[in-house]
Amino acid sequence: MSDHIVFDDVSRFYGEVLGINNVSLSIPPGITSLVGPNGSGKTTLMNLLCGLIRPTQGSISVLGITPDHPEKLCRLVGYCAQFDAFPKAITGYQFLYSFLLMFGFAPAECDRRTRESLSVVGLLDAAARPVAAYSKGMRQRVKLAQAIAHDPKVIILDEPLNGLDPLARAEAIALFRQWGDKGCHVIVSSHILHEVDRISDQVILLSQGYVVAEGQIHSVRSEVKEQPMQILVRCDRPALLASRLFAQDHVVEAKIATDGKGLLLRTRDADSFYLLLNRVILDSGLEVESVAPADDDVNSVYQYLIGAEGAAQ
Amino acid sequence: MSAASAAAPPAAVHKDSSVLRQIGGVMRLELKKTFLSRRGWWIYFLALGPLGITLLHWLVESRIGRNGNRHSIGEDSIIFAGIFMFYYLRAGIFFGCMGIFSNLFRAEMLEKTLHYYFLTPLRREWLVAGKYLAGLVMAVVLFGASVALSFLTIGGHFGPNWTDYLLHGPGLTQLGGYVLVTALACVGYGAVFLMSGLFFKNPMIPAAVVWVWENLNPFLPSLLKKISVIFYLKSLCPVEVPIPPPFNVMVVDAEPTPFWVAVPGLLALSLILLMYSAASARTTEISYGE
Repeated sequence: MSDHIVFDDVSRFYGEVLGINNVSLSIPPGITSLVGPNGSGKTTLMNLLCGLIRPTQGSISVLGITPDHPEKLCRLVGYCAQFDAFPKAITGYQFLYSFLLMFGFAPAECDRRTRESLSVVGLLDAAARPVAAYSKGMRQRVKLAQAIAHDPKVIILDEPLNGLDPLARAEAIALFRQWGDKGCHVIVSSHILHEVDRISDQVILLSQGYVVAEGQIHSVRSEVKEQPMQILVRCDRPALLASRLFAQDHVVEAKIATDGKGLLLRTRDADSFYLLLNRVILDSGLEVESVAPADDDVNSVYQYLIGAEGAAQ
Repeated sequence: MSAASAAAPPAAVHKDSSVLRQIGGVMRLELKKTFLSRRGWWIYFLALGPLGITLLHWLVESRIGRNGNRHSIGEDSIIFAGIFMFYYLRAGIFFGCMGIFSNLFRAEMLEKTLHYYFLTPLRREWLVAGKYLAGLVMAVVLFGASVALSFLTIGGHFGPNWTDYLLHGPGLTQLGGYVLVTALACVGYGAVFLMSGLFFKNPMIPAAVVWVWENLNPFLPSLLKKISVIFYLKSLCPVEVPIPPPFNVMVVDAEPTPFWVAVPGLLALSLILLMYSAASARTTEISYGE
């Protein structure tokens, strides 16, 4: 059985409206974030992945199983959808228990899994309350519990951090990390880019139905050649470093930090810069505290590739 | 959230699932949502309305009866046959089944909850079966009970004579016939309305078309009469209702369908509709109109 999720030239149209177009992906285990503005195709991609909709063209394989076989696929996949809707007149416990019965588990097993999942998301105490009486954060958590109750290998989470308070958000991220580390596929869409940055093993950037970039964020950033790389150097004599840098044609900008202890520069050739920095250190005894990329994150890559819309969220 | 409690690795895929357990899970959830729901109050009203009338009849006639009954058991039996034919079959059960069955899928789409079902490893065919059976249980319990209680109360004012009619006369056979026809009506109309809920965004339109067709049935040529649910149900009713003038001259008589054709025929027709609905559900996509 393949351990990848594969999209092979997949397109999906809603009548004449484009959902996604010519998407080819091979997603390895770990946490993969789908990033893109509203209408970019994130939810379409997720719905295709779990068989809720079908591709207009192309094929999809989830760990070797196609979405044409929901009886097999749904045992592997757990989906926490964006819809804030639940069956009427049902408690948190009944919500999980009822759908676990539809997986064919015995009642005792359903009970055990229901309690375990509610405990994971911290809702065991509220299990007997109607879902309609839950807060938005609790509803988000009970959806998450329902998505993981059958121990899926592929966990798909559409905006899972919406409505969660900072503590619950941190706990949710820790859970995603755990699942990712265990070899599960965790596919997350989120607008909260700094959190995406913290949790993702790889990102898929979508815009207007197309995959703009995919892979580890550092690799994606290095592929964006037209945007000079920003590097922050904390050192004792930034002015000296700046004077040496201005002689280089690949450096397009250098700013000395207000505290006089750092230099922020933009270069078209990071490798040449690092060589030069080594020379300056050897020649003048410059004391360097740290050197770090300043725009090697999802937020910056998003801005460069898709635009400023939503990047600062 | 407790990260520690999630430390167990994902379990192996559950293999020994039972289809019956899965269908039972669907039925359990549907019955929980549907029975005694506030959304379905009007269905209870439709079902229990005639019972109120027969109870009232019992009370009023009991008072009048002290001064001598003004009608016979046979007349009450024909009145009940009229209520059954013109209210239960043509309105109460018809619209009740519309409310129950067309919402089995349509309401899930409107409330954006259908994806929960589609994300379980349950064959869509079994999902249709589970939802249909849950609707059927509800419809048969509601309308079967209503028909039985209405029948038992309509002659209550006759006292021991009515008990004698029930136990030693044709009463129990008639009651069994009415309950059987009620159950078959729920089976037939249930299949029609489950399908309309899957295919139409507004099931009221096909319901109106079917309703007009079913009510035109007495006036249709004998061949067209047979393309309806009511024709077969009418053949099974234990007491024939005389059509009053001037309508009797417009009614076209057709050979009644024998029991052994009407029952299997209706069941077969319902099965075909259900199989078509199941095949359609197999390719249904989640589209909540966003």
